[in-house]
Amino acid sequence: MNASDRAVPVWLLHLAVIAALWGAQFVLPDYHHGILARVMVLACFAMGYNILFGYAGLLSLGHAMFFAAGLYGAGLPIYHFGWHVVPSFAFGIGCGALLALTVGMLALRTAGVAFMIVTLMFAQVGNLMTLWMADWTRGDEGLTLSRPERIIESATVFIDLTNRDTRYVAAWLLLSAVLLITLVIARSPFGRVLVAIRENEERTRMLGFNTYANKLSAMVISGAISAAAGAAYVLLFGYMGATFASIQYSILPLLWVLLGGAATTLGPLLGALLMFYLAELSNDALNAWFPGANLSQIGIVGVALVLLVLFFPKGILGSVRERWLGWLP
Amino acid sequence: MASVLALMALGLSLVFGVMRIVNVAHGEFFMLGAVLAWFFSTLVTGHPAIGFLLALALSPLVVGAIALASERLVLRRLNYNPEATIVATIGLLYILQQAALTFFGPDARPVPPPFNYRVLLPWFGYSGYKLAVVAASVALLTATWLVLTRTRVGLVMRATRYDRETAQAFGIPVDRVYAGVFTLGAMLAAVAAVLIVPIQQAHYLMGGDPLLLSFIVVIIGGLGSLRGTLVAALVIGMSDGVISMFFSPTLAKMLATLLVAMVLVFRPQGLFGTAPR
Repeated sequence: MNASDRAVPVWLLHLAVIAALWGAQFVLPDYHHGILARVMVLACFAMGYNILFGYAGLLSLGHAMFFAAGLYGAGLPIYHFGWHVVPSFAFGIGCGALLALTVGMLALRTAGVAFMIVTLMFAQVGNLMTLWMADWTRGDEGLTLSRPERIIESATVFIDLTNRDTRYVAAWLLLSAVLLITLVIARSPFGRVLVAIRENEERTRMLGFNTYANKLSAMVISGAISAAAGAAYVLLFGYMGATFASIQYSILPLLWVLLGGAATTLGPLLGALLMFYLAELSNDALNAWFPGANLSQIGIVGVALVLLVLFFPKGILGSVRERWLGWLP
Repeated sequence: MASVLALMALGLSLVFGVMRIVNVAHGEFFMLGAVLAWFFSTLVTGHPAIGFLLALALSPLVVGAIALASERLVLRRLNYNPEATIVATIGLLYILQQAALTFFGPDARPVPPPFNYRVLLPWFGYSGYKLAVVAASVALLTATWLVLTRTRVGLVMRATRYDRETAQAFGIPVDRVYAGVFTLGAMLAAVAAVLIVPIQQAHYLMGGDPLLLSFIVVIIGGLGSLRGTLVAALVIGMSDGVISMFFSPTLAKMLATLLVAMVLVFRPQGLFGTAPR
């Protein structure tokens, strides 16, 4: 496939998706309006994950630590030191990038299964740390940011992130930015090198590319985007807790990316959206059918993971690309 | 505690050693063993020893059957691709947890120990049951060790581990060996669970901590190296208590996990393992 010939439809498609999400806020009822804002932030997390897993082929089981780094990196300064929204958002992203750099330098010495376990363990350490520093983070219970702490105010602008419409627009802005960044990366020479590393690292090295540096860059970008999602989450929804650092939040982006299609730019968004509604709807339906069975999200996530790995490893958009639209990035 | 940990880690190590896959759901097999032990021990009335023996006999069998089914239905279809297997076993972990939550409920439930007898030594008293657990684990570990090193089954397993394709060429049914090893690994975890359940209580989330610990044991000991696994299990099991005395348990877990991650980064063959061929 020759993607550069197809630049027009690719950009049109992405802009259309962005426009559709902009338009959705005017037609959606209240409940779905709120869900979509949340899904858009989580989709950014999944897109960050996708850069590492989809394009570079590195399966990390510890992305919750980057999400949590953004979450706490943005939230704690606000809560404890009264920082303003904008610098703390930047600080959250910085924390995530720095953490990704450190973890990457260590974890990228390993490959394959060892990489998965090492990232899992680092994330476990991160999770324990949020519990251990309970004086600062209040552990599982978490912290909530009050409304005045989430307002951007200066002489000319007044942005209230607790307002539902502002919140939607902020989530939409973040999503659009991340989506376009992913698209640019996927079409850039850097993105091609990542795919080459995924397909055959030895050969890529033979061709003269520094695979370690490329993988490390992918890791830092991926960590920074995940942290941006985390920072946006705490600013928009005002809550941070140790759950977000737990293993479950490392598995969820993997699930979303697998469902939507790894190494597709729009896959993570689609996967997050579908999975969120699937979990929501099936939860209600199953609990209505089997009252008292204590069904929760974990069972659905488990079944979905096994089924996807078994029968549908390419995901939705991955299959679409294979069958019909070869130009899909 | 150390001896039970060794049993569980042995199962994990066996599966990784022979099949070269990491079974993340191993802790859930452990949990399942404990939950089933509670179930079987409530089936019969009378002396607690009857229920316990019933559990010891049946619960590993049931867990083994579940493991066998999941191996046949899921892992074999993935062709034992290491990365796909990890994702699938994570899915399995969630499914088993959900099943336990649904059928067993969110409460922790105790199982009465088969006998209550305190061994009174001059300097401290010791629960007789705990000593019996240690003895039973040692016996099982020795048995596994003998099977692996002295019998034909062990030879077949080691051959499969050493070189899968050559083993196949020599007429070893690699496929069946894999199924057997996976089942055996799960059963070892279940036995460990039945043994521990009178000391701890059965709970649907109990698989997490021992899984982490046995990962630590297996990695420190060198993945797939049985001797290393045993030594590491003893060291970790003992030191776990010692470290917890000086630090808070969370900090202890944190340090241990970090240490193991570092071992994996800088010495991937483990402390006792030999470098791969």
